[in-house]
Amino acid sequence: MKNKISLLFIYLSLISLLFAVLLGCLASFQYIYPNALTGILSFQMLRPLHVSMVIAWIFSSALAGIYYYLPKIVNRPMYSKKLTYFHLQVFVITGLLILYSYFTKSFGGREYWAFPPYLSIPILVSWLFLIVNFFMTLLNYVLFSLSENTGFMKTRIPVYIWMWSVGILFFFFTFIESYLWLIPYFRENIVRDIMVQWKSYGSLVGSWNLLVYGTALYVMDKISGKSISIGKMAYFLFFLGLTNLILGWSHHLYILPTAKWIRYVGYAISMSELLILARMIWLWKKTIKPPEKGKYYLPYLFLISADFWIICNLVLAIIMSVPALNIYTHGTHITVAHTMGSTIGINSMILLASIFYILYDSKIILEEDKGMQVSKKGFWIMNVSFFIFWINLIIIGVLKSYYSFKGLHHQQIMNLLSPYFIGFFITGICLFIGVLCVVFPILNKKYFNLFS
Amino acid sequence: MSIFRSLQTILIFLLFYFIYSFFIYTQEAESIAANKIITPLAYEGRLVFQKYNCISCHQLYGLGGYLGTDLTNVISKKGAYYVSAVIKNGMLKMPNLNVEDKEIIALIEFLSFVDSSGVSPVIEFETEWYGIITPKTKK
Ligand code: HEC
Ligand code: HEM
Repeated sequence: MKNKISLLFIYLSLISLLFAVLLGCLASFQYIYPNALTGILSFQMLRPLHVSMVIAWIFSSALAGIYYYLPKIVNRPMYSKKLTYFHLQVFVITGLLILYSYFTKSFGGREYWAFPPYLSIPILVSWLFLIVNFFMTLLNYVLFSLSENTGFMKTRIPVYIWMWSVGILFFFFTFIESYLWLIPYFRENIVRDIMVQWKSYGSLVGSWNLLVYGTALYVMDKISGKSISIGKMAYFLFFLGLTNLILGWSHHLYILPTAKWIRYVGYAISMSELLILARMIWLWKKTIKPPEKGKYYLPYLFLISADFWIICNLVLAIIMSVPALNIYTHGTHITVAHTMGSTIGINSMILLASIFYILYDSKIILEEDKGMQVSKKGFWIMNVSFFIFWINLIIIGVLKSYYSFKGLHHQQIMNLLSPYFIGFFITGICLFIGVLCVVFPILNKKYFNLFS
Repeated sequence: MSIFRSLQTILIFLLFYFIYSFFIYTQEAESIAANKIITPLAYEGRLVFQKYNCISCHQLYGLGGYLGTDLTNVISKKGAYYVSAVIKNGMLKMPNLNVEDKEIIALIEFLSFVDSSGVSPVIEFETEWYGIITPKTKK
């Protein structure tokens, strides 16, 4: 059965993904020719545009998953169909307004949210629609189950339900937190101002990660036919993630003169990620078993690659979180390797797995469709070029750090690094081609029939 | 975990989040300089900084975009005259953003304010054996 709202979100997310990657390529081009696109597409607008499209991609694809999976899990439709459509409409309209504000260079926000602050209001409103709809659906289910079976409160439910619930709530809180600077108390002290801004960003990313990891667990359970997500380990990782969301953000701020203990907490908590790393490597052999022949092959591939990227990025993140090493990585492209590494390698791979799962499950695409061969090739192009892209960013970061410590001027450093910036651009284009191959076969309108 | 236990644990986490946040918001910064209250002109400069989205290419305390330089201590390193001139005319890869003179005055005040709050280039830090870093005392 088709779930139209979910398909609409998927469509929207894939378009955002394509634009995000294309805009990233244009932005990286300005590392080579900084004055090439001044005027219409200057770096100053391309960067927030790129990042906003990335965020649109992540949220709309995660929401597509939640709107698709939740009704299946609770065996009833969403509480209100109207609210789902309102959510989509407000999401799209706000997105367009944000694009308009960037194109007309009316900034006024902060990094990532560079649009004027009043545009945050419709974002919050659309999120409230989701909150009401999500929790009312759950509540109705719980009330119904309680009336049917008295032991219900003792049953174990899959951890992804909790992850989504907590992720949805925390996005709401942390998004509001990122606007606390509008209150004089928060902005009158520059250290507090920067600290609260990055506290909110850190936790905000933590909250969308809960949505994405919840989705990963759901899809994993479905394609492996096991129930990893009711196990103790899944719950343990959930609470560890939550602890990181609340306390881990201060690893961005080692050089900011906040109260010292705040930075110690960030350091200590980040090291707890080592546990996840050890666990991942331990599980690596076990998770690599393919699903039943010919079934869910693409979602499986994407999940496996996300696993691989989790290991790579965790190693990098743990290194960066040691303050004594952070002074070398901070403010260099190693940070970009970390952010793009996790948003592309982990989040995007999981979300693509989820999208393919949904499309298979609703029989919109079939394993034997010719287009799927193209998507499979796209998968490999994407991963191989991304690997080089990622390593290249790390090299740029290491060299920049090295040259800075040698006392070279910014201009000299940028000149010395120019071959690597060309590599950045070229691997970016390859990544774009990979993404295009992955999504083109599914963007084909005949599958979707959305507009009929 | 049963639904009941999970719900309990999550509520404790939520409560902890709010208490911890409140605690963080009310903490004093490390030094007297870092605790200074922003002047109205410097705040105006902050808004100009946001209006032209300088953070897309520049960093404060290492946070921001990476095409340009870290501006935390640019005033004490290069002087206000130099900085005004760069902002007004652009320079090499820094575009001329047509910032108004009045706005430049506010920007300079803002950058000076940031400058006085601490140090950013990572070269200025000392490392302890257990991995924590502390700023070298400012000359
Ligand atoms: C499109 C990206 C971009 C934007 C937007 C931008 N800058 Fe720059 N800026 C640069 C680059 C790149 C340099 C380095 C110039 C060079 O050495 O080639 C620079 C250099 C500077 C310098 C000199 C730094 C030094 O150490 O010599 C100052 C000061 C400066 N910018 C301030 C600003 C301010 C204030 C704004 C906002 C009004 C701003 N910039 C917006 C890219 C940008
Ligand atoms: C799914 C694909 C992608 C995702 C999810 C993604 C995500 C991100 C994120 C989150 C940032 C912010 C980084 C930070 O603040 O540290 C960023 C910055 C950036 N990305 Fe991407 N990105 C993608 C693809 C690309 C591609 C293909 C290119 C082209 C080469 C690219 C070029 C850039 C550039 C130039 C920046 C700005 C770096 C700077 O500040 O100088 N991105 N991206």
